Amino acid sequence: MNESQYILEAKSVSKFFGTITALENVDLNLSPGEVLGVVGDNGAGKSTLMKVLSGLYNPSEGSIYFEGKEVFFSSPRDSQNLGIEMVYQDLSLAENLPIGDNIFLGREPTKNFGPIKLLDHKKRKQLTEEHLAKLKINVKSADQKVEELSGGQRQAVAIARATAFDAKIVIMDEPTAALAVKEVSKVLDLIRSLKNLGVGVIVISHRMDDIFSVSDRVMALFQGTNFAQSQLKETSRDEVVGWIMGKKI
Amino acid sequence: MKLLDGSWVKKYNSMEHKEESLFVKSIPYFDKYGILILIAIMLLVLHLLQPDVFFSWRNITNIFKQISWQSMLALGVFMVIVTAGIDLSVGSILMLSLMALAIASKAGLPWQIVILVAPAVGLVCGMINGLGITILRMPHPFIMTLGTLYIFRGAGNLISGGVPIGGFADQIRAIGNGKIKLEWLYGEGATQYIPASLILIFIVYFIFWVFLNQTRIGKWIYAIGGNPQAARTAGINVNKILVIVYTLCGFLSGVGALILAGRTGSAYPNAGLQSELDAIAAVIIGGASFFGGRGTVLGVFAGVFIMGLLRNGLNLMNVSVFWQQVLIGSIIILAVYIDVLRRQFSTRR
Repeated sequence: MNESQYILEAKSVSKFFGTITALENVDLNLSPGEVLGVVGDNGAGKSTLMKVLSGLYNPSEGSIYFEGKEVFFSSPRDSQNLGIEMVYQDLSLAENLPIGDNIFLGREPTKNFGPIKLLDHKKRKQLTEEHLAKLKINVKSADQKVEELSGGQRQAVAIARATAFDAKIVIMDEPTAALAVKEVSKVLDLIRSLKNLGVGVIVISHRMDDIFSVSDRVMALFQGTNFAQSQLKETSRDEVVGWIMGKKI
Repeated sequence: MKLLDGSWVKKYNSMEHKEESLFVKSIPYFDKYGILILIAIMLLVLHLLQPDVFFSWRNITNIFKQISWQSMLALGVFMVIVTAGIDLSVGSILMLSLMALAIASKAGLPWQIVILVAPAVGLVCGMINGLGITILRMPHPFIMTLGTLYIFRGAGNLISGGVPIGGFADQIRAIGNGKIKLEWLYGEGATQYIPASLILIFIVYFIFWVFLNQTRIGKWIYAIGGNPQAARTAGINVNKILVIVYTLCGFLSGVGALILAGRTGSAYPNAGLQSELDAIAAVIIGGASFFGGRGTVLGVFAGVFIMGLLRNGLNLMNVSVFWQQVLIGSIIILAVYIDVLRRQFSTRR
């Protein structure tokens, strides 16, 4: 059925903001169950590329293919409907709302009350508790507001939100940047378990430890363009660090 | 208790959960129900000061009649403030809707249509605000609604010629002025009654409570106020929700105009002048956060009621209107200061 072996493919994607070129002719591909590490210096275009893939930005040029078919996203909901989920660096949680509301934001379970759809608070709470338990995320209560949580707990909620709806692809932007050491290994474990479920994962990270701990393949962006990529076992830490700085050995 | 001292905050932040004092544990409850305690204290004080008059049926219904139209404006402004926006134009929307109603009435349209004119005009005005903010990408709703504050009042004076218009049919006045007699309860000839506008307040507030707390759009309104980026990445069409919120705010201002038409029996150029500030004050006193994302429908009602009580009580005691202004202003500042403290305590950063 699929002409492509890739679950997600971006072909010569460019993104301009006014006169600024954030991305230029960037290619990216991802297979099911693959963990792709994306590296690059600040401003290399990593976050912009992820926002294009998740439908938050429209590409100025180029095209995106999902399971071999070209797709157009007019909002993140379009990509979510296909099973592409994004965990943003700034977490994108509404801190004034409880954990459960954040996980189901935009996709709240409802019940019919005559012709009107009302929120199903009970079902949301139950689904939240089940999902948190599945991911072994410990919080006092699903009704706790996000603003009361620690940085690691917030990251866990963001990942819980991304995986609550049978995601096929999860894109994570610096998932471990703000975390304590023991929280980092938990997030990395979570990435491995997603991989084992056949989910394709794209991880953007500055931390070589993270990249070399979970990735199958690593690709480097430099000044908005593809710079280099390699299977993880065929490269080395020093080489990848060199790519980030724009040097090929 | 040294609540306001910086070292106290530090101490609180460093405390483990198990060491939390009873006072700290009580903060969320005080947060939720503190305003009701405040109302109870005010009622008690006013009763002690004016034992013969204050709790009379006439005085209490009078308070509700006085706050009836402001409560509609406050509810609309509340929803806008929850999205971290502001609507300065509600007083002008009220006036324009009132004038449109008066002109429709004077033109001899049947009352069934006249009664719809004010809410409809309000709705259109609110939609203009919402579309302006989103399509023209105004840097802040303050700018758009400051503009329409002038435009709508100017338009109201243009269509009316700047003079009062009076004489509405009884059916039109029924909502603002209607009385539900309680003769069945108090016996033949009893003067006790419930104002129709009070019933309307309860119905409208209940509907909007359901809307904000039990529907997805209501949840999204709070999410937008908490973090618009989070709402956007969750696939919520933030602009569409904002247009809905401002439109509903305008609609409620139009309903307020309909109530005011019933109460006063005429449309006049100064109707609703500065009432946007009263509405904002009531929302803030009611515990909604000016930063968005926080506040309850019950709190708004409490805020409106407190302002009504304050005015009523001070009037009963013959306190000058100037002192009323000073007092209301002080209460606003105090309410926001409490909000600032609450954020300091409840947020872990």
